[in-house]
Amino acid sequence: MIGPQLNEPVATTAAPEDGPEEWIACPQCDALFTATVPALGERACCTRCQTVLIAPRRGAFLRVIAFAITVMILMIGATFFPFLQVRVAGMRNAASVFDAVLAFVDGPMVALSVAVAALIVLIPVMRAALVVYVLFPLTIGRAPYRGAAWAFRLAEVLRPWSMAEIFVIGCAVALVKISDLAHVDYGPAFWMFGSLVVVIGLQDSSMCRWTIWKALDPETRA
Amino acid sequence: MTGTDVVTARDRGLVACTRCSRVWPMDTETCARCGSPLRSRRDRHLQRVWAWLSVGIVCYIPANLYPMLKTRTLFVEQDSTIIAGAVEIAQHGGYGIALVILVASVLIPIGKFISIAYLALSLKRQVKMSRHRRHQLYEVVEFIGRWSMIDVFVVAILSSLVQLSAIASINPGPAAITFALSVIFTMLAALSFDPRMIWDGPEDRQE
Repeated sequence: MIGPQLNEPVATTAAPEDGPEEWIACPQCDALFTATVPALGERACCTRCQTVLIAPRRGAFLRVIAFAITVMILMIGATFFPFLQVRVAGMRNAASVFDAVLAFVDGPMVALSVAVAALIVLIPVMRAALVVYVLFPLTIGRAPYRGAAWAFRLAEVLRPWSMAEIFVIGCAVALVKISDLAHVDYGPAFWMFGSLVVVIGLQDSSMCRWTIWKALDPETRA
Repeated sequence: MTGTDVVTARDRGLVACTRCSRVWPMDTETCARCGSPLRSRRDRHLQRVWAWLSVGIVCYIPANLYPMLKTRTLFVEQDSTIIAGAVEIAQHGGYGIALVILVASVLIPIGKFISIAYLALSLKRQVKMSRHRRHQLYEVVEFIGRWSMIDVFVVAILSSLVQLSAIASINPGPAAITFALSVIFTMLAALSFDPRMIWDGPEDRQE
């Protein structure tokens, strides 16, 4: 949790020479610091609440793009290939994530179907697409595309609502729940979804938000 | 570092963007870097926290009274609520899984209700827990809240997988929807809470 604390709090008495664009406020506790970018691979944390403020990585943008594209490709397969297969007394049934989404379609539960689809498929894919849109021009040294700040903000707002990893654990629970009722096999999509979760985790952890925002800022870029 | 000598953006007459951590003069309304609305403290959002939390608790009641799963096998038709389902699994020897379900669907939601209410109340009155501790509690609540969705996903998986005409079928019960709503509303309550307000209170007594 606690990385090197490289930021010094801005002193109240001394008038700092740099302007507000060189300052950074902890989003969790409002403590104010002069932004000092730490060495690659190190993290600058808030001295009061230990929230990570800046964490630059070598080649991070490119890596994040690669992860995001992987997420999109894996998600297509993971959605439509069979996920789990159940066999009881000679009868069998295979379900894909797509089927799981449609589980609530009958009757008044449609809203739940839409919610499940959004949480486990649409939002993770959308976040990946938004991140590619934001970072691609930056990696090739161009100006960001139109609406990039809006797109990145949306990707960040959606972050708590991306629940693919919870779905995978849900799967494990479901397996045990019906193991005495029927024989269950994993389909190819199960492994795709499992790796998807790992890739989403890697994508989120290698992304330094502050660096991206700074790169998108028209003021500091010029 | 005790926190006494920390200067906040507000102390300097600045307002900080919680999205991109850029600071602006106090009267700025929108962050020019990321476009988020700027508020020095989302103090009026405390009402929203209470509102979302109340709806979350209200939705949690039917989620426990009505069946989550309707299982139909050759001879038996069975409706099970969240707790009954967990107990049943435990009786079949799946103690680990029963524990996961109980933690995700009972312990975490109720713990969240209590924690959010406690955090919201702690802004107005003196409490025993230090600011650091309360901030840690907030981070845990924010991180762990989404995991309650696990039971809704289990229901979705089971009801799409187990559709074997006469032999066995599983269908979602009404509790699935109220439980999902309860989780979503509690997440919104946690997201409306402004952790910066935890740090505005009087200095911790033990420090």
